[in-house]
Formats: sequence, structure tokens, C-alpha cells
Amino acid sequence: MTSAVRRRFVLAIPWLWVTLVLFAPLLLVLKISFATAQISVPPYSEFFARTDGVIVGIQATLANYALMFSDALYVKAYLGSVKIAAISTVIALLLGYPMAYAIARARPERRGLLLVLVMLPFWTSFLVRIYAWQTLLRPTGLINSALETLGLIDAPLRMLNTPGAVCLGIVYAYLPFMVLPLYARLEKLDPALLEAAADLGAKPWRAFLSVTLPLSLPGVLAGCLLVFIPAVGEYVIPELMGGPDTLMIGKILWTEFFNNRDWPLASAVTVILLIVLVAPIMLFQAVQARASRSP
Amino acid sequence: MKPARSVLIAGLIFLYLPLLVVLIYSFNASRLVTVWTGFSTTWYGELFADRQILAAAGNSLIVAVLSASLATVIGTSAGLAFARFGSFRGRALLTGAMAAPLVLPEVIAGISLLLLFVALEQTFDWMPGRGLTTLVIAHASFTMSYVAVIVQARLSGTDRDLEEAAADLGAKPFTVFRAITLPMLRPALVSGWLLAFILSLDDLVISSFVAGPQSTTLPMVVFSSIRLGVSPKINALATILIVITLAALAAAAWIGLSRQKRRALQP
Repeated sequence: MTSAVRRRFVLAIPWLWVTLVLFAPLLLVLKISFATAQISVPPYSEFFARTDGVIVGIQATLANYALMFSDALYVKAYLGSVKIAAISTVIALLLGYPMAYAIARARPERRGLLLVLVMLPFWTSFLVRIYAWQTLLRPTGLINSALETLGLIDAPLRMLNTPGAVCLGIVYAYLPFMVLPLYARLEKLDPALLEAAADLGAKPWRAFLSVTLPLSLPGVLAGCLLVFIPAVGEYVIPELMGGPDTLMIGKILWTEFFNNRDWPLASAVTVILLIVLVAPIMLFQAVQARASRSP
Repeated sequence: MKPARSVLIAGLIFLYLPLLVVLIYSFNASRLVTVWTGFSTTWYGELFADRQILAAAGNSLIVAVLSASLATVIGTSAGLAFARFGSFRGRALLTGAMAAPLVLPEVIAGISLLLLFVALEQTFDWMPGRGLTTLVIAHASFTMSYVAVIVQARLSGTDRDLEEAAADLGAKPFTVFRAITLPMLRPALVSGWLLAFILSLDDLVISSFVAGPQSTTLPMVVFSSIRLGVSPKINALATILIVITLAALAAAAWIGLSRQKRRALQP
């Protein structure tokens, strides 16, 4: 085999794979978002109208999209998801940045262990972690019973099934994704730069704001996107920790698909969700590409 | 420095406290999850008597082993291409497509893969009713991204001198790959496979879309049980999952450490 043939062979594997499991499925979502739900297997109308097996036209409708813009529920759910994801991202950044900074400034032989400690929860079951918070936050949960025993409250506080609980769940579940890229950035930072700033008379805070923070911005961006993008479409956390008033689009999509069996509407919800996320995803790709070019 | 360290300690407590509570209460005698009435292993006994949970755990293990292996093959070829092929046509698009599953919300991946499998069933009568095969493909569709990242990082960190030297000495490309590149990649392959395995074991959302009626996985059983309310059996299961993860990671760390020691002792 010549080297060109070999390269083509190695490249063919990922190309075929992403075509099969990413490009083709997303095109199918787009196609079915123009169909009409009906009771059949599969539960949507055919794209092509056929007479005796011959294609005579296409049956496409914009009704699913029209419904999403006329019914306030969907718009509210998109806005609600973006809001909760944004708040969670900011909290995760405020918590994750000092954590990453402390690890990067720890003694070198300790860094590995600290990093493992931060990553470990990510390796344990996601459902278990959300479940753990449920047992803590319930009206009869540990936090409420502890507060009652101490006499601080008379009636249990409503903590579970609130938007705050959803934010807490997202921060908890995605915190490692924030810390990791921040650490990768902060660890590479040359300490000589900070020494130079100190020599020139900069106070530690001033040096942080004008040296450390700007140099760590790519890590901040990567961490925020790694939390924000999946959080917008989150289903499990709002389902288990949110209340009926916490509208998030992942939950709406799930309900349309599984409970109402309206696949075309669920597809349209997916298409709009992708459009909402296109800008942040492109930004993430750009950050990734830059990081892989400059090791 | 000081305030950052306190936040780190607080953050670690925040990460571990809930897990610790689950662990402790799995040994609680009471059915009420929050009232401690005494030490007991009743819930572990009930857990292992639950056929539905055992069957689901079996399904999860099969899917995790197969999908992690598939993801390792695909992720490695992509990582290899990114790290060694320089620029090639469509590199930016392939990079984007390989990285997209890292951030793409799971509901999007789930619905789109299900529509793919339904279309394949309609057109080619392939995998009617869906089952473990659709789960394996669906899981590998996102875990391969993590393998690719790990492999690429490993290859970028090593220089190509050895590979080039072997080629100069007349080794055929496949021999170079087998004798130089593959051993160099081994740690990345092991950790990539392990990560893919754990992510597959843990997946709920994508599985719920693509699983057939006969192929329920462990997270799906746990999820429906949690939705009905807190159950001490789930505490026991959660504890076992936490312990398995810790044991696997400790083993991986121990293997890594002893290898480093051996290398350090070599003259």
C-alpha cells in the first residue's frame, strides 16, 4: 500500500462513522420536522407522496414550526433553558476558577491527586449523583431534618423541585468540565510573568487581573461552553430536581416524543434547539481547533 | 492563593458530601431513607434478589464492553489522523464532527439516532424493533469523541523521531505502527477504553431513545425507580457503583505508578 492509500483508509473510518451517526441522523431530524404526526409505524407521514409506488410529489408542512412560535409554552421553555444554563455556568465558573487556580498553584506532586479528586465524581454514575441531592433536598431529607432538629426552622423548606435545585444539580454535575480546561490553561502559565508583574510593583490582585485572567481566557471560554451547551438541552436534572414550573426545552422534547408520540413536533423542537446552540457550538469548535493547533 | 485554596476545599466537600451520605444510608436498617435506625445489609440482599436489576446490569455490561471497543477503534483512527496527517481535505469539518458529541445535548443525539435506526428498519429491515446492537452503535457515537481526544493528546505529546527512525531502518509502515506507535499509544488506549466503558454504563438519555423493549439498561431501571421515589435499594446499588469505580481507578493508578517506579529503577 502506498502512503496515500493508507492515509485514505485510516481517514475513511471516522468519515464513514460521522456520516452514519451524526450527519445522516441530523438530516433525518430536519426531514421529519416537516412531516405530520399520524397513527402508524413509524408515527409520521411519508415525505414523498406516491401513487402506485411512483413519487408524485412531496408532503411537507411548516405546521410544527408555526405551532412552536404561536404557543408561548415553547418560547418560554427555550428562554427558560438558556437562562438556567447561563446562571449555572456563571456559578460553576465562580466556583471552578478558584479551584483550578489552587490546583495549578499546588505543589507539583500534589496536583495529580487533586485533579483526580475533582474528576472522580464525574466517573461515578450521573444518576447516583443527582439521586444523592434528591435525598438531601427533599422536604423529609437530611438538610431539612437537620435544620428542624437544630430548631432553625418550623416547617420544612421547599428546596427540591425549584429552579434553584436545577441550577444546583447542573453545577454539581458539570463542575469537572469547568475545572479541567481552566486547569490546563492555568498550569501552563509561566510564573515568571507574575514575578515580573510583582517586580514592577503590581499588587497580587492587580497582577491577577492584568496577567493571569487574560491569559486564562481561552480556558474560561472552553469551560463555560462545556457547561452551557449541554445544560441548555438537559433533561434528567430538570425532570428529577425541577418542579412543574421549571420549563426546560429538553423536558418538552422528551414529553412530545415519549408521552404524546408526536415525532415530527419533537423533531422541530430539536431543529430549533440546534439553531439556538449553533453559535455557542461554533465558538466551542473554534476554541478546540486553536487549542489543538497550538499545543 | 489562600482564598483559592479554601474554595478548593469547599468545592471538594461539595462534590463528595452527597456521595458520602448515599454510601452511609445504604447500610440503614429503616425503609425511610433519612431516619437512621441501625446498621443493616438488608438492602444489598434485596438488590441481588431483584431479577429486573440483574438483567439490566447484564445488558449494560455487554453494551459497555462492545461500544467501548468500537469507540476505541474509531476514536484512535481519528486521533491518529489529527495528530499525524497534518492538513487534509475536510480536516476542519471532521474535527468539528468528532468534537460535537462532547457538547451536543443528549436529547438531540438520542432523537436523531432513533430516527436513523427507524429509517434503516424501514428501508433495509435492519434491526427490527431495536436492541443491544442499536445501543452499542449509539453509545459508541459519543464515546469515540473522548477516545479521539485522549489519543490525539498522547500522540501530540510524543515526537515522531522513533517512528521515522524505524522507517529509515527499513521497517514497513505496518511494522512501524505495531512496534512503535501502538506501544506508545497503549496508556491512551487503556484510559480511552475505560472512559468509554464508564460513559456507556452511565448513559440514560440516549439509551432511552434507542433501546428496544427487551434491552433495558441499568440506568433506565434506576431512573424509573428514582422517579417513583427514593428507595434504599437504590442507595445500595449506588454504593456498589461508587465502589466499583473507585476500585477500577485505583487499579489503573496502581498499574501506572508501578510502571513509573520500574522505569525509575532502571539504570
